[in-house]
Amino acid sequence: MKLPDLAELAMRNLRESVLRNSLTTIGISVGVASLVAMLSLGIGLQQLASRRLMKSGLFDTVVVTSRRDLRGFNREQENSGPAPGESRILDEATRLEMERMPNVLEAYPDIRFITELRYEDKPHLTMVAALPSSAQSTDAFDTLQGHFFSSDTAPEAVIQKAFAEELLGKTPKAGLDETNVKELAAPLLGKELTMRYAQREAAPTAPAIAGKQNAAAEEGLAGAAYSVVSRELKLKIVGVADLDPESMRGPTRARVFLPLKLAESLHVMQPTDLREISRAATDQPVYSSVSVRVKNPSQVQTVEDAIKKMGFNTFSILDASRSIQQFFKVLDVFLGIFGSLALAVAFIGIVNTLVMAILERRREIGIMKAIGASDGDVKRLFFAEAGAMGILGGIIGVALGWAIGQVINLGTNVYLKRQSFPPEHFWSVPWWLVAFALVFSFFVSLAAGLYPAGRAARLDPVQALRYE
Amino acid sequence: MSSAGNSQLNGAPAIHAEQLCRHYLMGGTVIRAVDGVTLEVRAGEFVALLGSSGSGKSSILNLIAGLDRPTSGNVVIHGRNLAQLSREELAKYRLHTVGMVFQSFNLIPSMTLTENVELPMRFAEIERGKRDTLAREALTRVGLQTRMNHRPSELSGGEQQRAALARALINRPQLLLADEPTGNLDSHTGTEIMNMVREFNQQLGMTVVMVTHERALAERYAQRLIFLADGKLVSDEANSAFVTSGGTEQGRR
Repeated sequence: MKLPDLAELAMRNLRESVLRNSLTTIGISVGVASLVAMLSLGIGLQQLASRRLMKSGLFDTVVVTSRRDLRGFNREQENSGPAPGESRILDEATRLEMERMPNVLEAYPDIRFITELRYEDKPHLTMVAALPSSAQSTDAFDTLQGHFFSSDTAPEAVIQKAFAEELLGKTPKAGLDETNVKELAAPLLGKELTMRYAQREAAPTAPAIAGKQNAAAEEGLAGAAYSVVSRELKLKIVGVADLDPESMRGPTRARVFLPLKLAESLHVMQPTDLREISRAATDQPVYSSVSVRVKNPSQVQTVEDAIKKMGFNTFSILDASRSIQQFFKVLDVFLGIFGSLALAVAFIGIVNTLVMAILERRREIGIMKAIGASDGDVKRLFFAEAGAMGILGGIIGVALGWAIGQVINLGTNVYLKRQSFPPEHFWSVPWWLVAFALVFSFFVSLAAGLYPAGRAARLDPVQALRYE
Repeated sequence: MSSAGNSQLNGAPAIHAEQLCRHYLMGGTVIRAVDGVTLEVRAGEFVALLGSSGSGKSSILNLIAGLDRPTSGNVVIHGRNLAQLSREELAKYRLHTVGMVFQSFNLIPSMTLTENVELPMRFAEIERGKRDTLAREALTRVGLQTRMNHRPSELSGGEQQRAALARALINRPQLLLADEPTGNLDSHTGTEIMNMVREFNQQLGMTVVMVTHERALAERYAQRLIFLADGKLVSDEANSAFVTSGGTEQGRR
């Protein structure tokens, strides 16, 4: 039988017992809907998580430290490779080298120091860190009051909420953080902070110790010197950050942020300067760590490996992200299983409907065989009926699943709004899920038709026609 | 519908059954529905299979129709041994070589007459436009031109059987097999149907095998009467009362 004829006959048969076939089709729709709903929830949550995490800037960053600093996060790293004393120094040249690596967006030095800041003549000691201009796109500054640095060299500061409280002499309450950043920011924005810091300044070669001077001069190292000068810099407070941009840094996190280029130009005395004294005596800076930002989190591993080969210690949060991905894979599997359970019930429904149809249409099958229908014709007819129910059920099911998702998304956002959280989109029905659900429902239905169709095809026409 | 027109004259064997057996196993006992029947039907012949119920006449018809397979023995139709055909080939054989008419008409109740008549052509993959014309032609031929879009349940028994005849002949078979075709009809409509069958037999040269338990009906229409009892052939004789021309049977009633 030709395909159009087959489809026509199948549709006619489906219409003949419209109630039973509609119920079966609804069964399939519910199965597909629950599958779509479950999977789109899983996908949506995963997208939400990675959107949030991606924005946090943690997942695309590799922190590079020199082995000389013995500050690696990884014991194994430290035990292999060159000895600390022989390994490379993290200076401007290596930073540029890293920045030129493929897939690297930027490599910026991590400049941070504890120093004194005066506000209205009161001293405050805190950690100050430099931020590249790219940092403003991270979600930590989503709720920034005021604005980000107007340029990379502007004498401006963004302060963290906790520090703002300290400046205003407020003590943060215990328990839930309910501080209103707007209120905090209003009296502080545009005000002046005076930063006192220790500047390292290259000094002329120190007076030589008699007799050893010539040899030292030849080596060009011994006798190098620098002076430490106390400096002051006036900074304008341009922004107050609600969230903590460096929450993951723990105790070393900074509460005051400066533009990167400005911070670089200050030549603030760094702890390593004592050890690397010969280099500190020049204007060439040495960094305690460099943050390398990668274009895409998937490239973190390659970049990390390449930097390791250069002889540095590296750290990225990739391992943590891996277990998060694994969690979502498991979640997807579980949600998929629950969704499929409903489809399994629908599967049994189709088998039941078609087996009933065979009993009911025994005679019809016998007649068709008597007038020349082959086993294949009968089998294909039942397949077509199962497939048609599958396609129809799939289409309705996808629409239904999508609608369920929309309703839950809407409901949750109403709840979030009441709890004064920003609305979230944690429901996602990507086109491939739609296609997958339709194809899946079609093939599940065909599989359900397998047994009934085979049974109908094997039906003995003599037996079938004997019953009156 | 005249492709088989001259086969009556040459008298070649249309059906040849050799030691045909069909045994069923029912509750441990073997039922010998057909038990060593040998018979031959020439092309264009009108043969009646007679016997009481359970004599095996319908079983033989099913074996000739290719709906059933013999336990042993052979059925050769136009030189082809049905026992050697695959299921697929048997279906093709039923589709193109055999037309069947049943006591209970066996039209598909959910389809209109046109659709019922069209069905064998769907299996034969004849194109839609041609199918429609042929179905209408066939229904007009059996006098149902005004009933084409009715469902079987809206028709009388005689009309249903006429539609069944139209369906049986739609693929121009060489063999018409009728299983108690008048069993559910009153004698007047029964005669109407039988006259049509005879017309197809005589004008189209179609070989007809009819199963019946009515001896009078068989004597009026068949050229040969084959009597069966307990699956065995009892007698096979030419019908002495048979009148070649279809013109006089009205007077004989």
